[in-house]
Amino acid sequence: MVQFTLPKNSKIRVGKTWPRPEGAKNVRKFMIYRWDPDTGENPRVDTYFLDMDRCGPMVLDALLKIKNEIDPTLTFRRSCREGICGSCAMNIDGINTLACIYGLDEVRGDVRIYPLPHMPVVKDLVPDLTHFYAQHASIMPFLQTKTNRPEKEWRQSIEDRKKLDGLYECVMCASCSTSCPSYWWNSDRYLGPAALLHAYRWIIDSRDEATGERLDALEDPFKLYRCHTIMNCTKTCPKGLNPAKAIAEIKKLMVSRHV
Amino acid sequence: MRYLTDRKRAVGKGASGSGTEHFWWMTMSSVALAFLVPVFVFVFGSAIGGTQAEVIAHFSRPFPAILTGLVTLVGMRHFAKGAQVMLEDYTAGTVRKALVITVYSLSYLVTAMVLYALGKMVFMSTAAQMLNQ
Repeated sequence: MVQFTLPKNSKIRVGKTWPRPEGAKNVRKFMIYRWDPDTGENPRVDTYFLDMDRCGPMVLDALLKIKNEIDPTLTFRRSCREGICGSCAMNIDGINTLACIYGLDEVRGDVRIYPLPHMPVVKDLVPDLTHFYAQHASIMPFLQTKTNRPEKEWRQSIEDRKKLDGLYECVMCASCSTSCPSYWWNSDRYLGPAALLHAYRWIIDSRDEATGERLDALEDPFKLYRCHTIMNCTKTCPKGLNPAKAIAEIKKLMVSRHV
Repeated sequence: MRYLTDRKRAVGKGASGSGTEHFWWMTMSSVALAFLVPVFVFVFGSAIGGTQAEVIAHFSRPFPAILTGLVTLVGMRHFAKGAQVMLEDYTAGTVRKALVITVYSLSYLVTAMVLYALGKMVFMSTAAQMLNQ
């Protein structure tokens, strides 16, 4: 359900300001959300200063520099550093994106970094994505067939394969789902753009034989129809995908079963 | 505190098996209202400023009467279904159910009032014509 204010224990306070690097001329200010469940204190925003002449070009480079050289307690997920694993999704300058492929030159002024919105926080910039992953699993993200397995392979035409472009590239970073107001208010029942994009990826796959069952599983006012075409998902997707279009295509398929 | 698995929380009670009809009805009524409302505004506006007898005569003619009835019927159903979605977004539990019932009741009430008023105007106009004859 909608919440217009933060709970008392989530209200953010001003945190520690770390010293500026000595002798640096090209200094940039980073304001980063911090929360440690072990202290029992409210979240805070710590301020760091980095010498940009000695820092890489991406937001993740800055975070790694802060962790390595200033504050080793800063916690965040990262892995591939090239936008493939989806681990470093966070809210940077008000936009949900991947820190590894978001350039510091794309941010004007101070760099404000928060965890993905409206998700439980495990620590600092690490959100709890348990429910998000469970929703993804619930759409059965794998090929389902009833016909006996062919001797060689499940064949697919070039045209049918092309239908999967713009869908299979999703790295499940959760940037889209956590930018969606409908997902904020009703994530307990609404599957969200990421899970629905993956659902469409399997619905439209010419080799999959569970199309009807997949559509049946989405025939629900909340699981699918909470999407109000707000388009935040498409605007924020760091991979340039279009989950809103995928959801619209599912709705068209649903209507085509009725009319 | 409930000891549910992540998967059970995600699946919940499963799919209700409805939703597309609501979506399709909203799409159809949106298209219908996109045509009906501009015409209704023009027809309704042309009656403004007239005497009571002129307004009654205006709305007792078939086209304005049927158009007003259609705008009310389609518009109120569209309003009720649209408000239901909004209430489902922003409320929960018993409050949600109570508000949805209230909105539907309000839409039925407004529809009944408009249809009654239209019927009364048509009846009054017809009676006046019969008396004149």
